Amino acid sequence: MTEGAVQLDEAGLDGLIQALRRKGRRVIGPKWADDAIVNDEISGVADLPAGWGDELEGGRYRLVRRDDGALFGYTLTAQGWKRVLHPPAVTLFSAAKTADGYALTPAAAEPAPMAFLGVRACEIAAIAAQVQVFETDPGHQARRNAALIIAVECGRAGATCFCASMGTGPAVTGGYDIKLVELEGRRFIAQAGSAAGAEILAELNAPAAAAVSQNPAMGRLMAAETARSLSEFAEHPRWDEVAKRCLACGNCTMVCPTCFCTTVEDQTSLTGDTASRVRRWDSCFSVEFSYIHGGAVRTQGRSRYRQWITHKLSSWHTQFGRSGCTGCGRCIVWCPVGIDITEEVRAIDATREGR
Amino acid sequence: MAHRKKPKLAVWKFSSCDGCQLSLLDCEDDLLAVADEVHISYFLEATRKIEKGPYDVSLVEGSVTTPHDIKRIKDVRKNSKILVSIGACATAGGIQALKNFAKVKDYIACVYAHPEYIDTLTTSTPISDHVTVDFELRGCPIDRGQLLEVLNATLNGRKPNIPNHSQCVECKRNGVVCRMVAAGTPCLGPVTQAGCGSLCPGRDRGCFGCFGPMETPNTASLAKHIGELGKDGRDVQRLFRNFNSGAEAFRKESESHG
Repeated sequence: MTEGAVQLDEAGLDGLIQALRRKGRRVIGPKWADDAIVNDEISGVADLPAGWGDELEGGRYRLVRRDDGALFGYTLTAQGWKRVLHPPAVTLFSAAKTADGYALTPAAAEPAPMAFLGVRACEIAAIAAQVQVFETDPGHQARRNAALIIAVECGRAGATCFCASMGTGPAVTGGYDIKLVELEGRRFIAQAGSAAGAEILAELNAPAAAAVSQNPAMGRLMAAETARSLSEFAEHPRWDEVAKRCLACGNCTMVCPTCFCTTVEDQTSLTGDTASRVRRWDSCFSVEFSYIHGGAVRTQGRSRYRQWITHKLSSWHTQFGRSGCTGCGRCIVWCPVGIDITEEVRAIDATREGR
Repeated sequence: MAHRKKPKLAVWKFSSCDGCQLSLLDCEDDLLAVADEVHISYFLEATRKIEKGPYDVSLVEGSVTTPHDIKRIKDVRKNSKILVSIGACATAGGIQALKNFAKVKDYIACVYAHPEYIDTLTTSTPISDHVTVDFELRGCPIDRGQLLEVLNATLNGRKPNIPNHSQCVECKRNGVVCRMVAAGTPCLGPVTQAGCGSLCPGRDRGCFGCFGPMETPNTASLAKHIGELGKDGRDVQRLFRNFNSGAEAFRKESESHG
């Protein structure tokens, strides 16, 4: 499948987008909106954020102009593909009273075919991690199966990126249908990673080219050993320190491409004749989230931050046989006060106390 | 289908601008549906017809600012099975709670030609300071979707789906790009309870904290960060002294700046 890389110019990339659209796929890719690059429906290459790059730091995201006019010159979209595959709200079923009881209506039908354009290596890992989490959720599996993955290898890493530490990037090595590498002058080397991808590339009649790969240097490093054993340091004094800064606002969990926690709400019509059950994104940073009979389990900020980071980096291994962190760095960027997951682990790594 | 008995609804006003009551009238088509399910017994903003209590559900707008208010809210409580306070005035004292930080006599002397006619308390306080409140619906003004949810939940005997988490969770669910991170705009979202539908952040403004403190507001950390964004102590104080300056977390934080 990897043989036969082709070269696309800007018109060729547009040809790819149009080919996907002709096949009835909704193409979702990067767009400029509200001072950030976000994923949205795109209708052609003109929608792409040409010439935009970004500067990423703890609690700080700024778009900057690039002088090379690159189409994929930004690091990551503000929120990843989770919005599409694990939407903020999903109706699980609805019910209506009948003369002799009630009738249930199951959740919505098959999702329409989609194509994700601009998926980074860390995002491919995140999509796979959530497919594993939602193994028994037919809705999630259907959405994933409805999506074609058009990956774009990163030409540069953001200052908050650490995918190399987590073994998820920066090279795109699998989990894609088509992989793109952007060269200077809005030229692309495209390579198929699946039969579906190969079929679409073949339609484009693009000239053959040699496959290439890029390997940008990382902005940050994760102390991997301590990260994996983080659950052992439950009484480390660092938890009190981070709790002083942590707002418990939940932003890290919302932007994390693998965080999957939800709450379930029952909604009723005013008359009480119909009802529906809706699953919504929730966060382990809310008090309500750890509520069990008698009260909330994690009432303190320190215990909620500790729950999040130890699950993400350590007990995820026990639960799913891998880390829950893909090294995308979104939690660092979008934390309003810039709490840095790699710095927190480093602080514990420095003393390794509190076991 | 057999219809349940319509509960008697009353809507009361204390010190307030009427905006929260108007949120109920603004429900338009939904208001007709509400009117089918409840019996409106007392709602001066909508009708002069007044029916005596007791009432099944009372919505109370406004804060307590006069000795007369204290007597009146006790009567309302006595005549109401369920009492829901609505809006920042009723749940935190409202914008008029700014007087809690000042000398009321000085204010009155500035505004009124004959201050001797004015009979007011030195403070503006939430309804829950005076009587037991069954549910507090936040906001300045309240969100009509949340108001309908509280009425709906009350009618159907379930807990309202009104979360106490931060505004940030709502912004992220709505796909709103964070103004503070992406544009450096000071924003109270991380310490404010969700519920407005990302009204300001969705329109390139920081959150003004209309829905009051979220469940565990770390105001000190946010205030420090807003200082780092270039705001001085007086600016930070003003941020916390807005519609919810009377809410304890915001009041305390405001008092450590200036």
